[in-house]
Amino acid sequence: MNRRLLDIQNLTIESVATRKPVVRGVSLAIAPGEVLAIIGESGSGKTTLGLTALGHIRPGLQVASGRVLLDGADLLSMGPAALRSMRGRRVAYVAQSAAASFNPSLMIGEQVIEPALVHGIVPADEARARALELYHDLSLPDPANIETRYPHQVSGGQLQRLMAAMAMCCGPQLLVLDEPTTALDVTTQIGVLEAFKRAIRQQGAAALYISHDLAVVSQIADRVVVLHKGVTQEEGPSQAIINAPKASYTRTLLSAYKQWAPGAVAAPTATVGSPLLTASNITAGYGQNPTRGPRVVAVRSVDLEVHRSSVVAIIGESGSGKSSLARVIAGLLPSASGEIHLAGTRLPKTVEQRSKDQLRRIQIVFQSPDVALNPAHTVEQILGRSLALFGGNRRRERGALVRDILEMVQLPAEFARRKPSELSGGQKQRINLARALAAQPELILCDEITSALDTVVAASIIDLLRRLRAERGLAFIFITHDISTAASFADEIAVMYRGEIVERGPTDKVLNRPEHPYTKILVDSVPQLEAGWLEAAAGRRECLLASGGGVTLAD
Amino acid sequence: MTAVKPSSAAANRRNAKRRTLSATGVFAVAILLLWVLVALFGPFLAPHNEADIVSDVNFTRPTVEYLLGTDYIGRDVFSRLIYGARTTLATGLIATLIAECLGICLGFFAAIRGGIVDSVMSRLNDALLSFPHIMMGLVVIAALGSSIPVLIATSGFVYASAVYRIARALAMDLREKEFIEAARARGEGTWWVLSREILPNTTLPLLTDFALRLSFIILFMSSLGFLGLGVQPPTADWGSMVRENMEGLGSGSLAPIIPAAAIASITVALNLLVDELSRRTGRIYGGARE
Amino acid sequence: MLNLIGRRALQGLLTLLLVSFLVFAGTELLPGDVAQAVLGQHATPESLQELRVQLGLDRPAALRYVSWLAGVIHLDFGVSLASQVPVRTLVMDRLGHTLILAGLSAAVAVPIAFVIGLGAATRPAGVFDRISSIAALCVSALPEFFLGTLLVLIFAVNLRWLPAIAYVTEFRSFGQMVTSLAMPVATLAAVIISQMARMIRATVVNVLSLPYVEMAVLKGVSYRRIILVHALRNAVGPIANVVALNLAYLVSGIVVVETVFVYPGLARLLVDAVSSRDFPVIQACVLIFCAVYIALMLLADIAAIIGNPRLRHQE
Repeated sequence: MNRRLLDIQNLTIESVATRKPVVRGVSLAIAPGEVLAIIGESGSGKTTLGLTALGHIRPGLQVASGRVLLDGADLLSMGPAALRSMRGRRVAYVAQSAAASFNPSLMIGEQVIEPALVHGIVPADEARARALELYHDLSLPDPANIETRYPHQVSGGQLQRLMAAMAMCCGPQLLVLDEPTTALDVTTQIGVLEAFKRAIRQQGAAALYISHDLAVVSQIADRVVVLHKGVTQEEGPSQAIINAPKASYTRTLLSAYKQWAPGAVAAPTATVGSPLLTASNITAGYGQNPTRGPRVVAVRSVDLEVHRSSVVAIIGESGSGKSSLARVIAGLLPSASGEIHLAGTRLPKTVEQRSKDQLRRIQIVFQSPDVALNPAHTVEQILGRSLALFGGNRRRERGALVRDILEMVQLPAEFARRKPSELSGGQKQRINLARALAAQPELILCDEITSALDTVVAASIIDLLRRLRAERGLAFIFITHDISTAASFADEIAVMYRGEIVERGPTDKVLNRPEHPYTKILVDSVPQLEAGWLEAAAGRRECLLASGGGVTLAD
Repeated sequence: MTAVKPSSAAANRRNAKRRTLSATGVFAVAILLLWVLVALFGPFLAPHNEADIVSDVNFTRPTVEYLLGTDYIGRDVFSRLIYGARTTLATGLIATLIAECLGICLGFFAAIRGGIVDSVMSRLNDALLSFPHIMMGLVVIAALGSSIPVLIATSGFVYASAVYRIARALAMDLREKEFIEAARARGEGTWWVLSREILPNTTLPLLTDFALRLSFIILFMSSLGFLGLGVQPPTADWGSMVRENMEGLGSGSLAPIIPAAAIASITVALNLLVDELSRRTGRIYGGARE
Repeated sequence: MLNLIGRRALQGLLTLLLVSFLVFAGTELLPGDVAQAVLGQHATPESLQELRVQLGLDRPAALRYVSWLAGVIHLDFGVSLASQVPVRTLVMDRLGHTLILAGLSAAVAVPIAFVIGLGAATRPAGVFDRISSIAALCVSALPEFFLGTLLVLIFAVNLRWLPAIAYVTEFRSFGQMVTSLAMPVATLAAVIISQMARMIRATVVNVLSLPYVEMAVLKGVSYRRIILVHALRNAVGPIANVVALNLAYLVSGIVVVETVFVYPGLARLLVDAVSSRDFPVIQACVLIFCAVYIALMLLADIAAIIGNPRLRHQE
């Protein structure tokens, strides 16, 4: 590398309070026009590192040693005025959550051209014209009128593009993009990603792309730095890292990243006999009186069947009604119409009307490990309550049973005395699962239980579920937006789109030979590792959307 | 990507840090404890009886015999201050307990029931809150006259509406949490959800509210006392003591200032404590005095 | 947005109606009746009956409420039981004084609170923030009669700079007005300044910690512009709300302050009326104070609506 645009040398950043390093001795360099990705999980220090490229250290952190050079000038020793004139003009930032990063009280247009105006680069008219050009480049709908709208009037995907426009408005030499597509649905992500890639190339800017997603990174970056707990694990060209990882952490990450590729799908188990659970013609929603004509319909005429010890995955994007369906089955949301049968007997609509045995047989596990467990209770109390309620076990027996259940979810017995705040995210999710197991259920509803977890932790939870199913013959309804996870675990997949199940069948068939146009787009939107996938998939998406089929997507 | 993984050691450290008070916190607790002790053992500490006229001279300067001087009819201010601690603290505490119990029960009930019950209760409560407390107190006292039971009941009832709002908000926050959903999904009844799932998670905020409410109620009751509409003579009450002795102010007597300062010391200590506690709950308390 | 504000205004009006009902019902709480309360225990049955007829107590309560309310709408609050003077005359005499006191206090308090709150918020945990925060916390917890008596002791008794009481019927000169109102205004303002400063600080600190402020920093926007354009634009609604809430608090504070300084205002009239159980006067004063309070609460709500872009741009 001849010229270095950004050169981070042996940088260590630590917490002011505890002096614990967040970033430890990291060095990296970006050449003009190059796209470098930093890949890492939560807590890897990737955002902290990314912000140093703008000379910004968040409150509570401090630089212990090292330098950050932009075109040879050290950003860490620059005065406030010099930093200000560099930020937004030479280096610009695109944050993960555009919804939070736009000022809710200012019109979008004002905010997009603000960097150009405060740096006095161009007059307002010219800045506006340039922004309009960028709106076109980033494929924003109705570019002429978007500038007079307020952030809450625009969709998440559009806001993310608008933030990119804001960053590119001054024509910076370096863009720092921090997980810019993580908060988006996959079908939205693909469009945004493609627009970003195109715009970066047109600008000729260099970029530092921060992500946890290997596939996304492989589509957009020239080189990759793998970061784990603040330390660089390895560095190299994207394809080399993916095809021949050297560091052991990278290998773990890759193997956890159960890449679903066409053909690589779990073999379906034979589904014989009568189903354990049948849901027929379910319609449900929210409003004053959800059982009689709900105001907002979340689930529309849905049929579902689950056989004993089988796994049915329900996939769909946010707002597709998949969680509402789980709540209907659990009796938390009374349906407006339709019936649910458990092993041949009809289930009452609400929790209150169901018998204790019916409640025991179906358990639900929620998404967020942080709020699914009562922070005031110990693990023993949490599990003990399920045991007492459904097993009728006496207090004395419970201690031993709690240990057994903890062992089942691979946690040591001494965890019984801990409170949720003393557990990691993955451990909390195991307790969450253990609470369901304590009831000795036949069917467990898992509502996005891996989506708040890091890839490696999520993979270990899926392994646990797989084992529980094999050993105890449990059936699962596995609700997720993550198609790769569904593919690696489910026998059957049901695809939900706007409250309806548009396609249902064996995993292999749904994913490899999808019939419904929405399923085709959804399946094709899952980022793949191979080079050139992004452009090809974006092209196919355009064709599918153009050919109709009644599918419209958020952008 | 929000999963946080505190090591258990770090969590323990955090818990340990939670249990210790800062210097201002210790100061506040010390002042409150002092007054509670004074209130409990008052009759043993006071050199004179609260109603006894011990001197022919009114508004004397502090002397060895009358540590804080005498009041407008020659009673010992020091003794009356000690007896007044009892009246002021006891009436304040009982009224606060009434306000908290009433407010928490109704607030939790409204949050759990939801729907039309909640809307009707909350609308009514909003109407009550748009009545300045002092005006409510004045109307009730004009009608019923001033006596200790009337004062306590009025303060308790008037301040219950603010407690209701906070208790309801706390329960509403928690009601949406997944662990409450999980409890509902396993068929727990309303009582279990309230007492085992919601209450343990609201103790600190409710305790903080108790301290804040106590300071408001003490201010409210002593203001009524100062207006001559509170505890009636000869019972010593700090607010009434300020009023009785106002005429001494012109001659520089400390008799009106001392009981006022005593009230101030308690309300300031309570607010320092509230500030300390609310740092932990992350909720902002105080703001506009009610 | 106008829809929403209209709905709130209507709610305010309904609340006022409810308040009028409560104020009226308050007198019905009496163990005996108004005549009994006025004449005391030793009244003869004949004089009681006479007063009852004179006050119209022989009519049903609902009818009396309606006719009282009809009078109130025409600003006719009846006749004082104690002085036999029309209540309107008594109220009009005093209202001006109270408005001057409250208005001056607000005019002094709002800018000072603004400066303190903003100053503390721009440098959180700095020296100014720490000192002003603890001072504001303490002052906001002080009873007005403590502050008032302390000021009198220092400035009137010991230093002899100011008169101890603000007993004036007409202000003869501006200088005289300033000296007689200095202490009452200072007492009232101190409490609301400290409360407002704390709440303004909390609001601004909260806004400054939001992601879009960090984004503005990363765009190279100057600190001045961040405060004035990004932070204040979003804090202005909540701050206006804070100001209105605290001005509403003046209604309570003024009752005590007028008593401390023997100030001839409406609150003093009310307190005296409560002592002498002069119900028509009590009803009139309470209704006026409540109307002002409700109006300020309404303003606070409107400020909150205008400050929230989601509500402001609701179609």
